[in-house]
Amino acid sequence: MTAIINISLKNGVLDSQGKAVHHALDSLHFENVEDVRVGRQIVMKLSQTDETKALEEVTQMCEDLLANTVIEDYEIELVK
Amino acid sequence: MKVGIVQFPGTNCEYDTQYAFEKLGAQTSILWHEDTAVAADLDLIVIAGGFSYGDYLRSGAIASKSPIMKAVKAHAEAGKKVLGICNGFQVLTETHMLPGALKRNEHLHFISKHHNLKVASNANDFLEKFDNSDVVNIPIAHHDGNFFIDADGLKELYDNDQVLLHYCDAQGNISNPNGSVDSIAGICNKEKNVFGLMPHPERAMEEVLGSADGIKMLEGLM
Repeated sequence: MTAIINISLKNGVLDSQGKAVHHALDSLHFENVEDVRVGRQIVMKLSQTDETKALEEVTQMCEDLLANTVIEDYEIELVK
Repeated sequence: MKVGIVQFPGTNCEYDTQYAFEKLGAQTSILWHEDTAVAADLDLIVIAGGFSYGDYLRSGAIASKSPIMKAVKAHAEAGKKVLGICNGFQVLTETHMLPGALKRNEHLHFISKHHNLKVASNANDFLEKFDNSDVVNIPIAHHDGNFFIDADGLKELYDNDQVLLHYCDAQGNISNPNGSVDSIAGICNKEKNVFGLMPHPERAMEEVLGSADGIKMLEGLM
């Protein structure tokens, strides 16, 4: 099983990198962009075959290390 | 006075820190990140600046999970002192020994320059030699120094006198180089034995190198 984890700054936490990218897109005349958030994606292969257990484990990984929940949110997607 | 200075792969301020504390008369030792215990007679553990583990994942994140940090936590829980400078401050927030987090600087630049700081609270060992609102000049050198804490956390910091330093100009007016909430440059824990700051007092030990204001700060911990 593969776990795809998307980590981004929480709403309400200023995303300076997102703002800079937005500004650069503006200067390239992509004028329909309303908001840009820059995050981080972590992809991992798991030997675990039980989806519930895999989700539990990856959630724990996010809480313990992969995300800093003071400033970041995470989303986990499991792909068989 | 015995001071242990933690060294991770990528730490680069450990010998400056050692120089600074030896200048003040301390006996110092370098502590390796794989150690699971530290000497019981250490008075102070300093987590020095640098780029532990190349700042991979987040600054300080991987270092915060290394074996020595359990020993650092136990040292702090015994009521003894811990100081985190720059990357050390990031490590302390990642271990939750200090509240908040350090984000990328607001304008995304790595900032390396002398900066003025105003003492917010001297009701702690670290800044006890200063008066509140004293201004000191200490170098900063960081990419991820943008201190963040939510509104409730910020209120708690002020309620408990945990805000140590604000960035300011030479006259003491608030001047924020990196986007930190309330221009905060350093904080301590509620118990006031764990201290963290982004500026580098160990680089302000010699007038000939621009400032010796760091002496008075580090002396507070002696």
